[in-house]
Amino acid sequence: MAVIEEGMQSSSSGVNAGEEDLSVATQWQLIRWKFMRHKVAVISLVLIAIFYLFAIFAEFLSPYDPTNHDTDYMFMPPQRVRFFDEGKFQLRPFVYGMTSKMDENTFRTTWELDKTQKYAVKLFVRGDPYELWGLFESTIHLFGVEEGTMFLVGTDKMGRDMLSRIIFGGRISLSVGLLGIAISFVIGVIMGGVSGYFGGVTDLIIQRIIEFLRSIPTLPLWMALSVALPPTWTVVQIYFGIVVILSLVGWTGLARVVRGKFMSLREEEYVMAAQLNGSNESRVIFKHMLPSFTSHIIASLTLSVPSMILGETALSFIGLGLQNPAISWGVLLNDAQRIIVLADSPWLLSPGLFVIIAILCFNFVGDGLRDAADPYSSI
Amino acid sequence: MSQSPLLLSVDNLATHFFSQEGILEAVDGVSFDIHAGEALGIAGESGCGKSVTAQSILRIVPKNGKIVTGAISLLQNGESVDLVQLDDRGQEIREIRGGEIAMVFQEPMAAFSMVYTIGNQITEVIRLHQKCSQDEARERAIEMLQRVGMPIPEQTIDAYPFALSGGMRQRAMIAMALSCHPSLLIADEPTTAVDVTIQAQVLELMKDLQRDMGMALIVITHDLAVISELCDRVMIMYLGKDVESAPADVIFRDPKHPYTVGLLRSVPELGEGHTQELDPISGSVPSPYRRPAGCPFHPRCPEFIPDVCDVELPPQIELTGGHRVRCHLYVQD
Amino acid sequence: MWSFILRRILLMVPTLLVVSVISFAIIEAPPGDYMDSYVNALLQQQEAVDPAEIESLRKRYGLDAPTYVRYFRWLGNIMQGNLGRSLEWNQPVTKLIADRLPWSLAISVASFFLAYALAIPIGFYSATRQYSIGDYVFTLIGFIGLATPNFLLALLILWYYFVATGNVAVGLFSNEYLVAPWSFAKFIDLLKHLWLPALVVGTAGTAGLIRVMRANLLDELERPYVMVARSKGLSETKLLFKYPFRIAMNPVASTIGWTLPTLVNGELLASLVLGLPTIAPLFVGALLSQDMFLAGSVVMVLSTLTLVGTLLSDIVLAWLDPRIRGAI
Ligand SMILES: Nc1ncnc2c1ncn2[C@@H]1O[C@H](COP(=O)(O)OP(=O)(O)OP(=O)(O)O)[C@@H](O)[C@H]1O
Ligand code: SF4
Ligand SMILES: [Mg+2]
Repeated sequence: MAVIEEGMQSSSSGVNAGEEDLSVATQWQLIRWKFMRHKVAVISLVLIAIFYLFAIFAEFLSPYDPTNHDTDYMFMPPQRVRFFDEGKFQLRPFVYGMTSKMDENTFRTTWELDKTQKYAVKLFVRGDPYELWGLFESTIHLFGVEEGTMFLVGTDKMGRDMLSRIIFGGRISLSVGLLGIAISFVIGVIMGGVSGYFGGVTDLIIQRIIEFLRSIPTLPLWMALSVALPPTWTVVQIYFGIVVILSLVGWTGLARVVRGKFMSLREEEYVMAAQLNGSNESRVIFKHMLPSFTSHIIASLTLSVPSMILGETALSFIGLGLQNPAISWGVLLNDAQRIIVLADSPWLLSPGLFVIIAILCFNFVGDGLRDAADPYSSI
Repeated sequence: MSQSPLLLSVDNLATHFFSQEGILEAVDGVSFDIHAGEALGIAGESGCGKSVTAQSILRIVPKNGKIVTGAISLLQNGESVDLVQLDDRGQEIREIRGGEIAMVFQEPMAAFSMVYTIGNQITEVIRLHQKCSQDEARERAIEMLQRVGMPIPEQTIDAYPFALSGGMRQRAMIAMALSCHPSLLIADEPTTAVDVTIQAQVLELMKDLQRDMGMALIVITHDLAVISELCDRVMIMYLGKDVESAPADVIFRDPKHPYTVGLLRSVPELGEGHTQELDPISGSVPSPYRRPAGCPFHPRCPEFIPDVCDVELPPQIELTGGHRVRCHLYVQD
Repeated sequence: MWSFILRRILLMVPTLLVVSVISFAIIEAPPGDYMDSYVNALLQQQEAVDPAEIESLRKRYGLDAPTYVRYFRWLGNIMQGNLGRSLEWNQPVTKLIADRLPWSLAISVASFFLAYALAIPIGFYSATRQYSIGDYVFTLIGFIGLATPNFLLALLILWYYFVATGNVAVGLFSNEYLVAPWSFAKFIDLLKHLWLPALVVGTAGTAGLIRVMRANLLDELERPYVMVARSKGLSETKLLFKYPFRIAMNPVASTIGWTLPTLVNGELLASLVLGLPTIAPLFVGALLSQDMFLAGSVVMVLSTLTLVGTLLSDIVLAWLDPRIRGAI
């Protein structure tokens, strides 16, 4: 039967093989363009970048050495950066000092603002000495005070600067996320790829494993496994141990994405063609199939960072993950566990805020990436 | 032809969609009349606004769309109601939907919900518009299924839609639409989703039913053969506008609008099989967001008049015998 | 339907075996065995240790047998409901767990229902009023809920609770009902205390569910069959509930599978922080003191219960959705 559509086809159709590079490039441009429209995701990405900058240059960017303790300043509340002194505006920001008083009967210390002490906040001040990445020795910190104290998020039970500890904690907590997904990525791509490429019994078995890992509660398992880490291990070893434990479960989501893509791509011609040409199978996988869904993988990876960060934080919080003297957000929150202490020094909870912000950002970025990579996928 | 009374009159209807990308003028100035018992065909390229026209009549345009101007008057028992003025969730329009005007949708696959049986979904509309018990409604549904040629209707009525073939689903869809004896049936591409043999059956069925039940019919289609088979009048749409409308035999014999001319030429000679060379209209449909100024067809028009067609919107011109066309070529002054 | 259930149950057997292997591995994981810990415990209490006696004890408990023998012996015991003995508590593990499990279950079940009871109407509201202020507010709360670790929320609540009442733990009963025998009043008192931990445990799940519910319903609202239903003259409310809502519920029901493990995780953390007498403090205590029989058994019990829960949810799902029933 005669159908209008047939006759109405426009003549400009079909991209020939020579233009393939061009179309790949435009696809990436398209993704970037779509992502940039997602404002919340872009802002989140910037925030994440800032977080990681702080983690990388923690020594320089934190005002103090995170282990530097001083019993004179235990549980000191946060000092605010100010521009107004007695109602008068001044360009150079400063902090007021604080003095402590101890109640004779209860032995409770209370802190009071002391407006007679005024310390200017300066850039590039000399402070605690450090070695950046164990390479560069210096005493210069991005910002700080030359005399007096500047504890912008207060201090902990040993008088250590919370802000510096949070910055250093970010180094561990945030890198757990990255390292974790790096391991998950390897396991996920291999398992998902094998599952999707070979299908059949292999696929069935791997699917059962994934299903299994997804249907049992992970936390008890993590807890038990982290106890099994030898007590003689160093902080660094424990750190890697924890990351591995977290990734043992974290790869399943990625494997599913990879498998689904492989399944749909398996039938596509260029793979068949490569097989017919006698190309090595793994070469087929890595050369031809992987690039075509990199964007999905990135989105899926981003979305699995939060569970890694949450996992480390939860384990360390309970006291089964990293422990003092390691500094991570979870370890810091572990100090906030005693409610009586917390009630007097609520700023001890502030690492939690950073956890929430980091996870929010990763979720937004992941959502944005996923939408940009594939506007039609639902979950 | 115009002996029977006027049933529905659409006057200068415009329905636009609003989104981040801008305003999409899906339907932009469409007028036509339908008389009782008459069959009107609406044809045009994909995306020209045929389905949205139908949705506008029933007031079921998706919520990002809105009827911006125009009137749709339905004449019932000598009284005229402007459907555009009704509250789209109100009682009045709901009594008309499914009762007075029913619709057969483009995709029978998706038109039924998969979690209820066919019977459930058909009796629902019967009980909504006719006072009767559940058993009576079921009785009528079976009767209707029988009528559209559904094999063993007593059993199919309890089948889930996913268990039916495409053709059976389309029959069930038609049965559902007809179950309350509407005076107007809108069939949106009733045959595209089914294969060729079924297509013929469905067309035959619609023709018979229309004749038996004396209802008016709007057939929306890509397929000019369907129109020549079923329709008394034809309206050709292009980019949301009704570029030409005329009695069916007139259009096929003497098309006026350059678009219609191209359209008919691009189609193999009707009734002569499919061996003829196609002569497609050059160029492609412009982006729906950036409609050309003046006559929407001018970038592709072989008869294009410079400084007129790309500037001024052609008016609708009445030719003889109910033939109307929107084209500067026919402006007389 | 019955064959579906049977198949599902049979599929669970290998899964349970894997769980048991993992649990056994946990028990065996720390260096040294049960007796070494026992010796350590004795030494710590400055008691004399007789190596010969230890050896004979080791024989008696079969600790000198190869690993797989011990595994099957252990498995055999489990089949008879014997999970071994906790060194730390000097009590049968079965009894320890049985004493506390009901509270864990109560909290999990309560938070489960709370999560769905909150998420379904909120998701429904958000989807049918997309881009309204309410939708934005709920979406934002949902995102924050998803990003807030359970234990942090628990900590915040406990802090507030402490400031308000001066109590350092939330508890499950008021003081007057603590030791009282069961009565209706005691039950009501329990409910009054239960909602708080249930809320803490439920938030992350609720937030996730709202997103699922909203996204699914939005998807469904776009489907042609909704427009078809509208074209039949159905009223908007009736139509929403009969068609898109009903279908959007299926994926929501299928989320039960992944909700259960998160509930168990959440319950552990929340109970620890809130100081509830559930299985959580028992488990952590066992881990910290290397009481691995207890710890491994807890992992085993929690995993098994989660799997059973998932099984139940699958059955409900098959009952809800004729397509699943038909397919298997
Ligand atoms: N819900 C909607 N939101 C935005 N745009 C829409 C929506 N529905 C239709 N449109 C647009 O309105 C225009 C007309 O669509 P319509 O469905 O009426 O086309 P049609 O003539 O029925 O085409 P087809 O033959 O493919 O069914 C198209 O450009 C389409 O993209
Ligand atoms: S108005 Fe002009 S451009 Fe439009 S169809 Fe007629 S001749 Fe062609
Ligand atoms: Mg259409």
